[in-house]
Amino acid sequence: MTAAVQPTDTRVPPPTPDPDRPRRISAPASPADRAFRGVLRAAGLSVFVLMGLIAFFLLLRGTEALRAVGWSFLTEQNWRTAAHTFGIAAVLPNGILIALIALCIAVPVSLTAALFISEYAPVRLRPALVSLVDLMAAIPSIVYGLWGLFFLQPRFVGLCRWLANHLGGPLPFLRVRGGDTPTSYTSSTFIAGTVVSLMIIPIITSLSREVFSQAPAGEREGAYALGSTRWGMVRTVVLPFGRGGVIGAVMLGFGRAMGETIAVALIISPVFRVSWHVLENGGGSISALIALRFSESDGLSLSALMAAGLVLFSLTLLVNVAAGFVISRSRSGASTSD
Amino acid sequence: MHSTLPQTPQTPQRPAAPEPPDPPEQRRIKLGGTTREEVLTMLGAGAGSLALDWLLYERVLPLSGAFGFLLCWYLLFLALYTLVGRLQWDALTVRERLATALAWSSGLLVLAVIAEQIGYVAVRGLDAARHWNFFTETMRTTAPLSPITSGGCLHAVVGSLEQLGLATLFSVPLGVVTAVFLVEAGTSRRSARFVTPVRVLVEAMTALPSIVAGLFVLGVVILTLGAEKSGLAASLALTVMMTPIVTRAAEVVVRLVPGTLKEASYALGAGQWRTVWHVVLPTARPGLTTAVVLGMARGVGETSPVLLTAGFTARMNLDPLHGNQASLPLYVWNYVKQPYPDMVARAFAGALTLMAVVLVLFVTARVLGRHRAPTERRARRPLRRARTTATAAVPAPAPTPAAVPAPVLAVESR
Repeated sequence: MTAAVQPTDTRVPPPTPDPDRPRRISAPASPADRAFRGVLRAAGLSVFVLMGLIAFFLLLRGTEALRAVGWSFLTEQNWRTAAHTFGIAAVLPNGILIALIALCIAVPVSLTAALFISEYAPVRLRPALVSLVDLMAAIPSIVYGLWGLFFLQPRFVGLCRWLANHLGGPLPFLRVRGGDTPTSYTSSTFIAGTVVSLMIIPIITSLSREVFSQAPAGEREGAYALGSTRWGMVRTVVLPFGRGGVIGAVMLGFGRAMGETIAVALIISPVFRVSWHVLENGGGSISALIALRFSESDGLSLSALMAAGLVLFSLTLLVNVAAGFVISRSRSGASTSD
Repeated sequence: MHSTLPQTPQTPQRPAAPEPPDPPEQRRIKLGGTTREEVLTMLGAGAGSLALDWLLYERVLPLSGAFGFLLCWYLLFLALYTLVGRLQWDALTVRERLATALAWSSGLLVLAVIAEQIGYVAVRGLDAARHWNFFTETMRTTAPLSPITSGGCLHAVVGSLEQLGLATLFSVPLGVVTAVFLVEAGTSRRSARFVTPVRVLVEAMTALPSIVAGLFVLGVVILTLGAEKSGLAASLALTVMMTPIVTRAAEVVVRLVPGTLKEASYALGAGQWRTVWHVVLPTARPGLTTAVVLGMARGVGETSPVLLTAGFTARMNLDPLHGNQASLPLYVWNYVKQPYPDMVARAFAGALTLMAVVLVLFVTARVLGRHRAPTERRARRPLRRARTTATAAVPAPAPTPAAVPAPVLAVESR
């Protein structure tokens, strides 16, 4: 209709009708609905409240210890609460070291396992594999700890000794000081990190598998149509597409590894100095410190554990929230590119 | 090329198709699957690397340890496989096969780890678990050196179940309502802003260090409110751990409820509350059950929250409100550190019991989750019925999705 009027007839503009506007629809909410929305909102906000309460109470209970030692809480390596010399300068780096070793092992394994499930495994097996990974996440951490302590450790000592003796020269962090006895290779940061790596494999695998399987089918087929092999398709389509999600998954795995308690506490023999020699007996993490020292603590020493817990909480929260934003951004990208 | 095409139904209808001159030459080219060369190459590389590994590892180099052996075998296998592959295929094919081998091996590694965990705990746990007293007695009268035929984990099983039940009671309503909030909040502008932060925070809470949950409940319930260590405090700590897991799993299933169902409910005049209660939640019920049971499976194995809040006891305590209460993870943690072999055997049997509980919960969740498909079908049936009645009443029915392509095809064929 507009096309017929448009080109010549400029002298008499037709009376412009009111442009169509969306009618304002107002649905008056019934009292029940309003109450229901209130409940929903309260539940949503309860997450904030809970996190706030955790931070508040850890701070409240840790104040005594923080006041007693002040800033040296962050610089002191020892943990002698009776002598008022305690700090997290040793347990925090040692815990981060355990988490880093866990990531070094878990990331390649989880990424290839995620690729296996989403790209290589027979289609009929995929649901079963997905739930097996879920099962791996549901295995209690104490079972991982028992397995690492009684099964893995005795069979791992040979490898550790070889690494220390042959690669210890060029790579000083693999050196083991002290005698060359089997016990100087046990309870090390490396073994604890290996066990923790098994515990974070499921989380990284399932999150990366999710983003890999969302890679758009059109671009996959495009890669195949250009003559790509399956690996070429994975390298040029699936991996670039899932990069954001994978980074988020790795960060979430790091947060999880930082907080792992029981397996580390079972395996590690706690020392209170920074131990860069990862194959050497002794190590630690904040969570293992809390679990091991808790039963003999009261008053100031309990307060010190609370303060250490506050540090752990804020660190993992920071890492996890950052990871969550990375993952949710990669997810929103996935929904628009389809 | 011609030979790979599947036989189309038109070919027999052609009136005088000349007979193909050499029919026996036509063979279908196999596109997928594995050829005999591939299998043999892989087997050969595997056997060769095993032999080489044995020679190097056991005879030439001063090495020991089973894991080092397996690691060396794997690395040698990859190297040998590349070499043997390079002899017969081009580089691109070799890279493709190598990537496939890597993907398969890490999939198999994950499987092996799971089997290993369950198998090892089962073998070590049977030492104590094959005596029936392990499931019928407590540790009340068992001294460190008592024989394995006395003492058991009954009190820990009871404590675990009570704490898990209470934690489920607390975390399921909270988790499900939060999940509904995440899905439904878009309808009101005031709460829509919160959806992304809440989701990120829930995600962050799933990775909350479990020891922090224990410290939190210890700080609130026991140090500030002055309650004693009890099963209730432990279940509160478990609630902090389980709620985000339930929320995340429940959000996925609540989001799967078809929007048309909700719209139908709104069109019939139901409010948001009635729609959620009568349409969304019943449709999502099987998936919600799965979410809850998965949360339970994760919660029952948590050790560190329980360690800080429940205390430990060797005797039966049926009352979760007062007094120390044992639970299975705590039982394992407590006895595995003792220097007596029988105590360690009991700890392994406790871990086996714990694994059995987790496995039962997990399989239950999967079996319940498998019934999701029938629910969707049931959910769609009322819609179809509604559509047919609409067709009968309105003279010009809106084209159903199935009916759209047909006219287009008809136009093209004319």
